[in-house]
Amino acid sequence: MRGRFAIAGIGESEIGEAAPGTSAEDLMVQASLAALADAGLPLSEVDGVFAATTQLPMGSVSLAAQFGIRPRYTDATMIGGAGPIAFVNHARAAIAAGLCEVALIAHGSTQRTIGRSRASVQEISPYEAPYSPRLPLAAYALAASRHMHQFGTTAEQLAEVAVAARGWARENPRAWSREPLSVADVLAAPRVADPLGVRDCCLVTDGGAAAVLISAERARELRCAPALVLGCGEAHWHRHISEMADLTITAAVDSGARAFAEAGVGAAEIRSAQLYDAFTITPILFLEDLGFCAKGEGGPFVAERGIGPGGELPVNTNGGGLSYCHPGMYGLMALTEAVRRIRAGDELALAHGNGGVLSAQATVVLGGAGTA
Amino acid sequence: MAGHPNPPDAPDQIDESPLEGLRSRYGRGELAYQVTADGAPVFPPRLVAPGTGGPLEWRVSSGSGTVYATTVLRGREEPPRNLALIDLEEGFRMMSEVVGVEPEEVCVGMAVAVEFDAEAVPRFRPR
Repeated sequence: MRGRFAIAGIGESEIGEAAPGTSAEDLMVQASLAALADAGLPLSEVDGVFAATTQLPMGSVSLAAQFGIRPRYTDATMIGGAGPIAFVNHARAAIAAGLCEVALIAHGSTQRTIGRSRASVQEISPYEAPYSPRLPLAAYALAASRHMHQFGTTAEQLAEVAVAARGWARENPRAWSREPLSVADVLAAPRVADPLGVRDCCLVTDGGAAAVLISAERARELRCAPALVLGCGEAHWHRHISEMADLTITAAVDSGARAFAEAGVGAAEIRSAQLYDAFTITPILFLEDLGFCAKGEGGPFVAERGIGPGGELPVNTNGGGLSYCHPGMYGLMALTEAVRRIRAGDELALAHGNGGVLSAQATVVLGGAGTA
Repeated sequence: MAGHPNPPDAPDQIDESPLEGLRSRYGRGELAYQVTADGAPVFPPRLVAPGTGGPLEWRVSSGSGTVYATTVLRGREEPPRNLALIDLEEGFRMMSEVVGVEPEEVCVGMAVAVEFDAEAVPRFRPR
């Protein structure tokens, strides 16, 4: 399927803090209309809906109902923040099978307005529940503690991830957090789950995003330069953190290998990477697992080679979940930003989504027109 | 009219769920886990062996282990407390809490031993 499908339109809703009563559907609607306008396609052409959000157990059904459309293909797969990128895989498979032609992928969340605990009810394992683990935060803190022990990763290196994200956010007028941030600021911020402090944790904001996926052939006739889907992979190995075999190795090893194998390129050729940054440890893990550096070298990579403005590898160039917007399942904003990077001239761009507690992983490699 | 065409090998009702199996053993002060037919340890308990779908049997751990990963949870409404993943010497891992030391003093690799509280919840203490 390499290069046969493309993202022809992207859109985002208002982001930050929505007006009282605004629903997850409302933000999905806003983002979807923006994506369709971007593609230059009317709503009436959408015949495949791919939407999931923690607030709506039947996300695709809810979104289609808002629009009054009657899709012939529907997918509300819930695998957390990996889902929006896995939808790229599902949507192209559905189109390839002739089950739909115009796929609308959408996500929306009002977790800031209604509160995170109401927006994302955590599914706590009964084997973890007696210890009140405060998920997902505690799981990522445990992973960070193990990475630090095993590879000597430092709190300063974790902080560099937040500082890099803020560096990008300061260049992005839409970003939620834009005030200057230093490594010292991140380290001085209150601790919430050692070794993570509040500045190691993503934002809690409202927001929605959407993408339109169609055949590359058709995308070439539309108004935007298509972002070709060169490779896409999904993987999951565990559900709960106490089931994770090695807290320093995620299933991104598999999702990334699948995406790269299909694309026929390697990490070294990727010009920019959007790596779901729920916590500062996650981009470090994904840099390693996707092959941008060796296992254990993610800390030195971010601190010395650099992922912020002026760094060796631009990562989370919108400011990421740490500084731009984090509406619960950030994956679709990683995708929309990767498409922007392709449009801005990156020949190859990567987006990676993460769901649950390092549980579900999905990777997509996008290419510009010259990569077909 | 013939009876309903249920397959003759339809599963029997589950007598004891994996969760209740563990809770009842915890209630007896046993830190239980399961093993596959090959003797590979399995935790948390489940109905069948991962990877094969084969049978599982209960075993009781010595309760000795080491800390695999650790954090200190600092909530606004409670004093700091430890949360850890413990590797038991039989080769399985579980979530728990290390008590008897300041939460910040718990470190990866620390040797610990199990103890049960009044609610039959296993926690660990440095040994």
